[in-house]
Amino acid sequence: MRFVLDAEQRLFGETLGKLLAEAAVPGVVRDWAAGRHERGLALWRTLAEAGVLAVAVPQSAGGAGPLPVELVTAFHELGRHGVPGPYAETVAAAVLLDRLGDGLGDGLVDEALAVRWLPAIAEGEALVTLALPPAVPYAPDADVAGLALLVDGERMRAAVPGEARTSLDPARRLFPVTPGDVLAEGPRVAAAAAEAYDMGVLVCAAQLVGTGRRLLEVSVDYARTRRQFGRPIGEFQAVKHHLADALVGLEYARPLVHGAALAYGTPDFGRDVSAAKAAASEAAYAAAKIALQVHGAIGYTDEYDPSLLIRRARALHTAWGSPSDHRARVMAALTGG
Amino acid sequence: MDLDLSSVEPFRAEVRAWLREHVPAAPLPSLEIEEGFAAHRAWERELHEARLSVVSWPEEYGGRNATPLEWLVFEEEYYAAGAPGRVSQNGINLLAPTLFQHGTPEQLARVLPSMASGEVIWAQAWSEPGAGSDLASLRATATRTDGGWLLNGQKTWSSRAAFADWGFGPFRSDPEAERHRGLTYLMFPLDAEGITRRPIGRIDGKPAFAELFFDDVFVPDRDVIGEPGSGWKVAMSTTGNERGLTLRSPGRFLAAADRLLELWREHGDPADTAMRERVADAWIKARAYRLKGFETISRTEDVGAESSVNKIFWSELDVALHETALDLLGPDGELGGEWLEGYVFSLAGPIYAGTNEIQRNVIAERVLGLPKAGSR
Ligand SMILES: Cc1cc2nc3c(=O)[nH]c(=O)nc-3n(C[C@H](O)[C@H](O)[C@H](O)COP(=O)(O)OP(=O)(O)OC[C@H]3O[C@@H](n4cnc5c(N)ncnc54)[C@H](O)[C@@H]3O)c2cc1C
Repeated sequence: MRFVLDAEQRLFGETLGKLLAEAAVPGVVRDWAAGRHERGLALWRTLAEAGVLAVAVPQSAGGAGPLPVELVTAFHELGRHGVPGPYAETVAAAVLLDRLGDGLGDGLVDEALAVRWLPAIAEGEALVTLALPPAVPYAPDADVAGLALLVDGERMRAAVPGEARTSLDPARRLFPVTPGDVLAEGPRVAAAAAEAYDMGVLVCAAQLVGTGRRLLEVSVDYARTRRQFGRPIGEFQAVKHHLADALVGLEYARPLVHGAALAYGTPDFGRDVSAAKAAASEAAYAAAKIALQVHGAIGYTDEYDPSLLIRRARALHTAWGSPSDHRARVMAALTGG
Repeated sequence: MDLDLSSVEPFRAEVRAWLREHVPAAPLPSLEIEEGFAAHRAWERELHEARLSVVSWPEEYGGRNATPLEWLVFEEEYYAAGAPGRVSQNGINLLAPTLFQHGTPEQLARVLPSMASGEVIWAQAWSEPGAGSDLASLRATATRTDGGWLLNGQKTWSSRAAFADWGFGPFRSDPEAERHRGLTYLMFPLDAEGITRRPIGRIDGKPAFAELFFDDVFVPDRDVIGEPGSGWKVAMSTTGNERGLTLRSPGRFLAAADRLLELWREHGDPADTAMRERVADAWIKARAYRLKGFETISRTEDVGAESSVNKIFWSELDVALHETALDLLGPDGELGGEWLEGYVFSLAGPIYAGTNEIQRNVIAERVLGLPKAGSR
């Protein structure tokens, strides 16, 4: 038993971290929010080359996965840097398409669908978005996605995007969708959508932990340098204790995310991703509120970078199911209700 | 990264089988009263005879060289089986690690076997009326004398010292030296001439701790741990253990969370979603602590000040768990029973082993690297 990232996994995370540090992501986020996608799409391709999407797609379909630990490692970095785009949705869609296109059968109306899209996802050539109501009611970035999916019950359809809604996090461009052509139907659709949902929940949880970590780091840096009353505010115990609490929450969300990743493919996966998401949402959101408080008015300022992650943390708090939804799911798994 | 526990399954099975045979059917009386203390001491002996009282110690002192993972698994089984609280815990968790690090071979050979068997129960004598969080301000003295030291002054809040056999703690041996220097770490029998103990009732009246008064108590040189004058360093090597995994292992909280789920099944109102969320949270946090434990023992670098993060987490989890249980029990919660006993115990968690405020200071300054107050 060795419950820490191995050398290769760590290297994967560090490589992505370096790459993203050089990518000046805050500017990419602002562009993306304003509907200017060029830099965000270029970053998508760069990340895909580094393997971020390949680890979501099975080897049989042109990917390198599924490797859940590598996935959460990647999403932790995406979260730390606040990368915009439908990454979680694309990963979930990969699971959905794979489950329906695995040759077993009765699902897909167009049998070539999975064959066409999975390798493109792995290579970074295709952004895919989806809506899985009720937990994921809007399809993010449907205007730039090559494929938009909507699952209701036992039917998977093409999703027809409407007018984008404005999110608290403007880089999350959320599109209401209406049902289009039926692409697959049958009981396997619902089962595949449930698996896709669990994977989306898992990577969202990892992303949240990353976002929370970054918010803590920038807050610590700020508390070291910002001076009031003739001393760094980080000398004040009220500030110290806020930051220590943020760390405590995040330190215990991480092992839940890793534990859930290792439960992939077991009957506990759903329960464990829910435990991870509830804890990650709470920890990241708490870190965001603390970051806001520690930064004072600057934290509340649109043009100052921490506000990007603060808004992201709040939006992801309830994305892919709220903490309450996930606690209810944990309890259903443990006690049957 | 993996969570493959199969290598420890045989050990787990052995421990589980033994506990199933031996754990008393009815809970022992509280270890915070005289009768309970004796019953718990007998239980320690029974554990020791099965070589299960100190599994992680070397065999020569009564252990079985268990790996950290085996120890975690032992603890999981121990608490899952509803086995009695450990009356020896201050010796095993606080003094023994200090001796392994700073003790002489003679001290190890003399102290550890009788600690492992429960024959000698140890009490930690650190705090004084004027030195709680600010431990370095302690004033009880150790004065050089022929062949040893004379102890004078007062210690307080010493857990289980009302019934324990020996004590250990730092004393000021050089009044001229700076606060953190000039301390010497000593062991002494609690029935030594010149020691008066006065039991103190904790919040529910049980004599869970005691005050100790020292009047020219002689301690021979062989009972000094580490170098005279280096008592602060010796003491600090203990606090990491106290706050880290060993003092409160995940097993304890996993077992409590499972019992809480049972309580929810029996007493929970399915319509009370707020209560359901608290139960879920307790389970999620206990699981998080378990996984964090696996992570900690998988790491090779020193965990150091990060043990403060653990201390805050388990102490707050313990309070939340027990509060939730009492709330589920409703008006009957105040009437007694294991949940109430656990609740009263949990309330002290954020205070002892260094208050959670002090832990937050440690995290902020030593883990996050924020400036010390007044460091301009
Ligand atoms: C059940 C129990 C068992 C115990 N067992 C033992 C034992 O076996 N041996 C032993 O030696 N001691 C024991 N203690 C004592 C324990 O170690 C002390 O209570 C603890 O160190 C705090 O000291 P204090 O009680 O004097 O509180 P104080 O130090 O007076 O603190 C009072 C309050 O002020 C806060 N505070 C103090 N300084 C600061 C600061 N710098 N920054 C922020 N806040 C601060 C504290 O956090 C606390 O909230 C036990 C205590 C309890 C409750």
